[in-house]
Amino acid sequence: MAQSSNTTSQRGMSSFVHDWSADKQTYQVPWGKAMMWVFLVSDTFIFSCFLVGYMTVRMTTADPWPLATEVFALSFFGSDPIPLVLIAIMTFVLITSSGTMALAVNFGYQRNKRKTVAFMVLTALLGMTFVGMQVFEWSKLIGYGVRPWSNPWGAPQFGAVFYMITGFHGLHVSAGVIYLLIIARRIRRGHYDQKGYEIVEITGLYWHFVDLVWVFIFAFFYLL
Amino acid sequence: MNTDTGQQHPLGVYYKIWTLLFVLSLFSYMVDYLDVQGALRWTLVLVFMALKAGFIMAIFMHVKWERMALVLTILAPPTLLLVLISIMALESNYSHGTRVEHLGHEPDRAPLHVEH
Repeated sequence: MAQSSNTTSQRGMSSFVHDWSADKQTYQVPWGKAMMWVFLVSDTFIFSCFLVGYMTVRMTTADPWPLATEVFALSFFGSDPIPLVLIAIMTFVLITSSGTMALAVNFGYQRNKRKTVAFMVLTALLGMTFVGMQVFEWSKLIGYGVRPWSNPWGAPQFGAVFYMITGFHGLHVSAGVIYLLIIARRIRRGHYDQKGYEIVEITGLYWHFVDLVWVFIFAFFYLL
Repeated sequence: MNTDTGQQHPLGVYYKIWTLLFVLSLFSYMVDYLDVQGALRWTLVLVFMALKAGFIMAIFMHVKWERMALVLTILAPPTLLLVLISIMALESNYSHGTRVEHLGHEPDRAPLHVEH
């Protein structure tokens, strides 16, 4: 590291500004992508705190934990309830949307504007489908009498954990839908024709992260 | 493959991983549908979960093709969570024990069944 006597003699805020604006770069990616990753790492910690909190209340309570497989069962046209079927469909919808997002990123780098926008809008529509199904799931559980402080089947913490974790995840999906639609609109208007299409990959990182979080929620909350 | 033009990979990779994620999700669901219980349930669910998370990060989020500086920034901090999980598991075990031994909470009861 070459430092001239001029830079080392700087003190206080001017040295601070110098150091951060110096010609150094750690991450060989567009700054927007590095910043999205920093955000996603911090978001990882938020969701991890929720999941560790869930583990803690579930391990400490001596009350029996309600059976997710029964709680989230659904019957179609008077059939016997199929265990966990709604959650399985939601999982498939979200994975499908991750695939369409990956295609959007690919078409972005091919500079195929029409297909990029189309696949981003399709991803957003699948995201809306997911949130719609979550609203249905919430209304069903509210109908059963599940509250954040009680439920008809066992440990009262079940409701608190359910509404907190799925609610926060649903909020992320909703925000992702809005983010996707805003970026898709800007791409269609030619906003990134000069700047390049890295923005599609950055948007994609957020979307895949939302899918990634669902993988953990699906396993820990619904299956175990 | 990591060039100035960003992360560009053949479409075939995405289709393969996409299919794989569907299959792994189906397997996880079958664990519940076939009512597998006990240690086998935990093993299967966690293995399928780890594989799905790994493929999403490595391929869809392109971590596999990123430079080490970025990869470590992403993967190193969350390993600290293992410490948090361990501490909280120890603490929870203790709390559960005190509730049973000193507060008279009755463990090992079955939850009530859900009326649809």
